[in-house]
Amino acid sequence: MTQAIAEDIDPFTISYPGARRPDRHRWVNSYGVHIHVCEWGQISDPPLFLVHGGSDFAGTFDVFGPLLADEGWRVVSWDHRGHGDSDHATLYGWDADVRDGLSVLDSTRPDPVPVIAHSKGGGMMLQLADALPRRISRLMIIDGLPTPQPAPDITNHEQRRMDEKAVGEWLDHRRKAASAQRKPGTLHELADRRAKMNPRLPRQWLEYLVTIGARRDPDGWRWKLDPAIRFGGFGPWRPEWSLKRLSQLDVPLFGMTATVAEEMGWGTKADSLRPYMPRGSKLLEMEETGHFIHIERPHEVARLALEFLS
Amino acid sequence: MSIFVTHGKVKLALHTLRNGRGRPLLLLHALGEASPPETPDYVAAWPGPVMALDFTGHGQSSIPHGGGYTAEILMGDVDAALAMIGKTTIVGQGLGAYVALLIAGGRPQLVRGAVLCDGSGLTGGGDEPGPVVVRATTERDHAPDPFAQVELAEDLRPSEYAAHFARLAGRSSGIDQPISIVAKTRPDWLTRVLEEPAVVEAPLDEALARYAVVE
Repeated sequence: MTQAIAEDIDPFTISYPGARRPDRHRWVNSYGVHIHVCEWGQISDPPLFLVHGGSDFAGTFDVFGPLLADEGWRVVSWDHRGHGDSDHATLYGWDADVRDGLSVLDSTRPDPVPVIAHSKGGGMMLQLADALPRRISRLMIIDGLPTPQPAPDITNHEQRRMDEKAVGEWLDHRRKAASAQRKPGTLHELADRRAKMNPRLPRQWLEYLVTIGARRDPDGWRWKLDPAIRFGGFGPWRPEWSLKRLSQLDVPLFGMTATVAEEMGWGTKADSLRPYMPRGSKLLEMEETGHFIHIERPHEVARLALEFLS
Repeated sequence: MSIFVTHGKVKLALHTLRNGRGRPLLLLHALGEASPPETPDYVAAWPGPVMALDFTGHGQSSIPHGGGYTAEILMGDVDAALAMIGKTTIVGQGLGAYVALLIAGGRPQLVRGAVLCDGSGLTGGGDEPGPVVVRATTERDHAPDPFAQVELAEDLRPSEYAAHFARLAGRSSGIDQPISIVAKTRPDWLTRVLEEPAVVEAPLDEALARYAVVE
């Protein structure tokens, strides 16, 4: 047994108040990429889709999802390609993520369905709603509405600082992608690393996430996230393109923004967003709350979501 | 002779079309195409070896499941080949021309001149997204990958973004004009790139003769 494991704690002793693992798991074949799908609630209830952000996974809805399921929804979420228990794909891209999402919707119901999406998931679902407005009945986006600033959790969806050094570093990353491995560590160490991206979330929650979003190898725990995925943005996409299209969206929209800046936050300011919001939409600024609004304030966000869905 | 180089989870076919001494010439094919089986006449005058790379999902390179193609990933394909062969001059056709521009800016010390020629996939998807669509197609187990054709035929190529890569090449390559345009088609991005001091319009023979003698 390695030192890393010897120092570790028993993952079966870790829980989090209100967290509940999904009632069902299934797989969707999205053009050859196997997408892991989680469901909470009765299969006969109307479906409600939850979409996670970049570097997260469906298990980050283990508190929020059950709150909605207990109110009569069949809550469906999935791990994006390369995240959680979904396949590590050969290629990653924005359009591919949107296509995978549509595969999950199609595997569940062919008619319009409500969607709640966080961060990168919000951007993905905004694009899906823009392309197929009859496919989404209502869309709630939690700190993932467009902003003139590039988003930190999207790989190829915006133009960042593209000087020679940045381009060279991206190419260097691609050269190492074949052999890259996530660094192993104890459960505590992985929770420490995640705390840098989720500084406002409780320690107990971060340790709970390790037991779902990481795997236990002989030399320690590793996050399941494909190390080939590199966040920080690289490519021609400009965030203002999404912003320009937002006002034309033909789907009932409820947007929620954070007010406390943090590492993974989008920095979207409600005041700067209001002129772009479509007619009849709702925008709520959550006071004293960081990027992971549904994790910091799950009961309040669930209540607001249920009101919107009703 | 062909070897395979690794880029992420993809095995890329890198073909030596003609052996020789000196800096190689690397050919990048057009969208939906593959490397030629032998040295094409139009580059026969190149003094060194001639090589050709099959992009991801093309030719003898592996075909990924579920798409996710971008021109930037294909730039990574070329960089994987550069890691193997070192300094090279590049001739790109169609999509390969756009990728040649990107890698000339991305690795200006390794790309000793890039020649951009006409071919399939030269135009791309323009400066800004039009009506949004969810692109999908049916998979198949042989090249070219239909996902590559669907996604790379309309990948966005903002003119200023393309011009930025030309400037990177001009700034750090040490070559007077490291980008030569042979193509006659003029998508917006190429029209804009041509305004950069690092870029010159030239016949293929002339461009190759000039790059053959740069350090």
